[in-house]
Amino acid sequence: MQKEYKTITEISGPLVFAEVDEPIGYDEIVEIETPNGSIRRGQILETSSSAVAIQVFEGTSGIDKNSSVRFLGETLQMDLTEDLLGRVLSGAGDPIDGGPPIEPELQRPIVGSAINPYSREYPQEFIQTGVSAVDGMNTLIRGQKLPLFSASGLPHNDLALQVARQATVPEEGDGDDGDDTEFAVIFAAMGITQEEANEFMDDFERTGALERSVVFMNLADDPAVERIVTPRLALTTAEYLAFEQDYHVLTIMTDMTNYCEALREIGAAREEVPGRRGYPGYMYTDLASLYERAGRIKGQEGSITQLPILTMPSEDITHPIPDLTGYITEGQIIVDGALNSQGVEPPVDVLPSLSRLMDDGIGEGFTREDHGDVADQLYAAYAEGNDLRDLVNIVGREALSERDNRYLDFADRFEEEFIQQGFDTNREIEGTLSIGWDLLSMLPPEELNRVDEEFIETYYREDERAEVEAEA
Amino acid sequence: MSKATDTDVQEDGLIESVSGPVVTAADLDARMNDVVYVGDEGLMGEVIEIEGSETTIQVYEETSGISPGQPVESTDAPLSVDLGPGMLDTIYDGVQRPLDVLEEQMDSAFLDRGVDAPGIDLEQTWEFTAEVEPGDEVEAGDIVGTVPETPSIDHKVMVPPDSEGGEVVRAESGEFDVEETIVKLDTGEEVSMHQEWPVREARPADEKQTPTTPLVSGQRILDGLFPLAKGGAAAIPGPFGSGKTVTQQQLAKWADADIVIYVGCGERGNEMTEVIDDFPELEDPTTGNALMDRTCLIANTSNMPVAARESCVYTGITIAEYFRDMGYDVALMADSTSRWAEAMREISARLEEMPGEEGYPAYLAARLSEFYERSGYFKNSNGTEGSVSVIGAVSPPGGDFSEPVTQNTLRIVKTFWALDADLAERRHFPAINWNESYSLYRDQLDPWFEENVNDEWSTTRQWAIDTLDEEDELQEIVQLVGKDALPEDQQLTLEVARYLREAWLQQDAFNDVDTYCEPAKTSGIVSAIKSFNDEAFDALDAGVPVEEITSVEALPRLNRIAVQEEWESYIEELEGDIAEQTRELY
Repeated sequence: MQKEYKTITEISGPLVFAEVDEPIGYDEIVEIETPNGSIRRGQILETSSSAVAIQVFEGTSGIDKNSSVRFLGETLQMDLTEDLLGRVLSGAGDPIDGGPPIEPELQRPIVGSAINPYSREYPQEFIQTGVSAVDGMNTLIRGQKLPLFSASGLPHNDLALQVARQATVPEEGDGDDGDDTEFAVIFAAMGITQEEANEFMDDFERTGALERSVVFMNLADDPAVERIVTPRLALTTAEYLAFEQDYHVLTIMTDMTNYCEALREIGAAREEVPGRRGYPGYMYTDLASLYERAGRIKGQEGSITQLPILTMPSEDITHPIPDLTGYITEGQIIVDGALNSQGVEPPVDVLPSLSRLMDDGIGEGFTREDHGDVADQLYAAYAEGNDLRDLVNIVGREALSERDNRYLDFADRFEEEFIQQGFDTNREIEGTLSIGWDLLSMLPPEELNRVDEEFIETYYREDERAEVEAEA
Repeated sequence: MSKATDTDVQEDGLIESVSGPVVTAADLDARMNDVVYVGDEGLMGEVIEIEGSETTIQVYEETSGISPGQPVESTDAPLSVDLGPGMLDTIYDGVQRPLDVLEEQMDSAFLDRGVDAPGIDLEQTWEFTAEVEPGDEVEAGDIVGTVPETPSIDHKVMVPPDSEGGEVVRAESGEFDVEETIVKLDTGEEVSMHQEWPVREARPADEKQTPTTPLVSGQRILDGLFPLAKGGAAAIPGPFGSGKTVTQQQLAKWADADIVIYVGCGERGNEMTEVIDDFPELEDPTTGNALMDRTCLIANTSNMPVAARESCVYTGITIAEYFRDMGYDVALMADSTSRWAEAMREISARLEEMPGEEGYPAYLAARLSEFYERSGYFKNSNGTEGSVSVIGAVSPPGGDFSEPVTQNTLRIVKTFWALDADLAERRHFPAINWNESYSLYRDQLDPWFEENVNDEWSTTRQWAIDTLDEEDELQEIVQLVGKDALPEDQQLTLEVARYLREAWLQQDAFNDVDTYCEPAKTSGIVSAIKSFNDEAFDALDAGVPVEEITSVEALPRLNRIAVQEEWESYIEELEGDIAEQTRELY
């Protein structure tokens, strides 16, 4: 079946069209050899009995009508083995760390299959990231997909690294991870700059995380189309490690915006009817085929937790990329420009942030019984204080009631004490909640209508309140 | 679709080209919307276009590796669902394959392709009790007997709607599987428990009637302000994170329907798992049995094939209509109809059809209205009355309600529950905006509420709406000048409105008591706030400063009514305390 064709009829952007005289399967891989001997890989996007459309991963420059095309008769596979841990691969899955070639134990198609919803296990295990804005307000759960919505110039990478470094699952009784299941990090870079890549790699090496990581690097100057396969290679590896080798896998994918740009590029080259802002109409389905590969499976030890990062063009959350992502993922963490310029680290705006799996993974037996109520009350109080800020700009603080002033102070202290912690501080969940109570105790107990009376009795700090009242 | 494909795929036609879920075949003799099996593995598909000798097929499974020249088999039957006992307490994919059976057959947690399974278990036997005797005349749709399907639901076995009817010559009670003949007619027709019905065609009924009973949801803002009728249609649009799915699930849990069909269309896998995990544990508030006993789930998650997403809402509503024919009140939740519309758009783009607004096909509005029109309160041909209520979630891009799916849906449905990102951000749940939402069923349903709950239902509600409206206007002024610049009576109105929002409209779906609020309690809470309002304005008229009124000690207890199990005595005591403490001020 390794027949060679010299029948290229058209080359357009990342696409090559060729005539064929045998049936070629949809999605199968193709090798194209240019006259100077270099080999490019591609994938069948459309096939009919006489012609095929090929999407070329490594770019089409240098390909001419005399290049030869070989159809390999199989869909794109990822070589899998536990030895991948500690390795750095290119965006197309080839080793680039100078190490030995990968000796695969098995191969899997990178498209992956959907997990049967009936076979899924509902994620409920709390991951302590040591970041109050996440743990306290938008708790991350094992098996969740929780993206960071950020923008250019913001420290989303620092936050992602902090989470990767600090993430643990507190066990009953003692503090360390006592079970046999190990933790692994899959890092898929799509179109990030060499400098950003260095930042990640340095941190991985410094903390020794590299040996339990698999890194896929597609940098800004690598072919854009390759970005379509990078996350799929990464997630296929993640599935192997999680569901066949029992690892708890944290998958960081950055930057999803570059991935979507590549999708748009191919759509445009195929002259498809564009959807919103020129992105293809199937972008939702395509993104879902990545994000939905997070999760847990009944009877399996391992899990895949996803932390995708995307930069919102001009911080616009209604842009198709964050918009469609938000409809698929289980919440989002918003990295905010205004907080960043105030010097808050990490600059997480908790109000539009959300963790959908939070409610079932916190509380008694997971974190602490008052966690849900405290988070709700902090949200409500911070939202109220935040609203008042607009008003202060117009009428000044003196024109506001004592209650309103209390809420304003609350909002300020919430940012300065609760959110602000620095990228190197690792806070236990107890610590996070106790800061929460310090802040809530600024408000009179009868204002705390989201909190169960029992918890107010146990945790409310009269001394804080007295202090605040003395100042007023 | 019940024909298992363990035999080889017949070569009725050959694949001509493949592009994602769209496959064309040459020389295939098939009708529009017929089901076909595609490729050596026999992937299920449906004919969506015929042009000359070329037939276009949308395939319900992943098409990787399928190549031109492979066979296509025609089944000569449109996409149909299997109807009969065994559908409740089951979870299906978009083309009615039971997901638990698929897991077993594929022996994997991942969905493989080319595996088919009938929608109902053909081997299981059921205890059938005949309700007709030899000599009885029966017509299409008539009930011939019952089967206890689950502890909550008796499954009524009916003469198929396309039958000509006739005189019963044999009717037997006893243990039968779904394919065995249980009733024989003089025309030679044999009736079994198993029926098939094409999903894209509405099942016939005698007459659609005006609904007058509410679908009580146990959610205060819905029952109290924007009620839905049994047989009505509602839309819940909202940006992501505003609580569409939680609201849908709350309805699926607590709505007083006999049967609930929950269609997860292009949504998250974990959400479906949550439903599968939760429902068997929850108790149906009316019967006390497990909620799953009255529920049928259809799960087509966002990463399952897009063509099956297009069909899953039809699968759901056909099953709903079948139970309606038995005389049951059925509620169908579709989460989310936007994903369904997008699936249409995706297929349409692959067919290179001329796009309408925002790339959606020009027939979007027609398909949406066709679907919602299958809801309603019906008089069935067998004399029973049943209803199908449809609650469709809409996920507008960027939360912008002016997009085509929201707009076309609003032209059809009479109840609109607008979810609001702003409310969600401040964790006001359910984040349904009371200024934007509406229900055109209010007047129709008021008599029921006044007879069954509280004879002042509509007047109290109007008072609450007026107060909230006034608050909305006052808030604009407050934004400019601050609250203290308002006259005292308006400050008091703001305070009353705040209690309406916090103690009445807010409801905690995760609190064991608050998750379900019976209409009497809904009415009780708002009455308690109104009685505070009346006391407060009396005090204000008597010259008491507004700060003193609003700091009455008993007031914050209003916020706790929602979580009280013994709410009647709690309200009574609280009303007394508020009256007493307010009157002490003057």
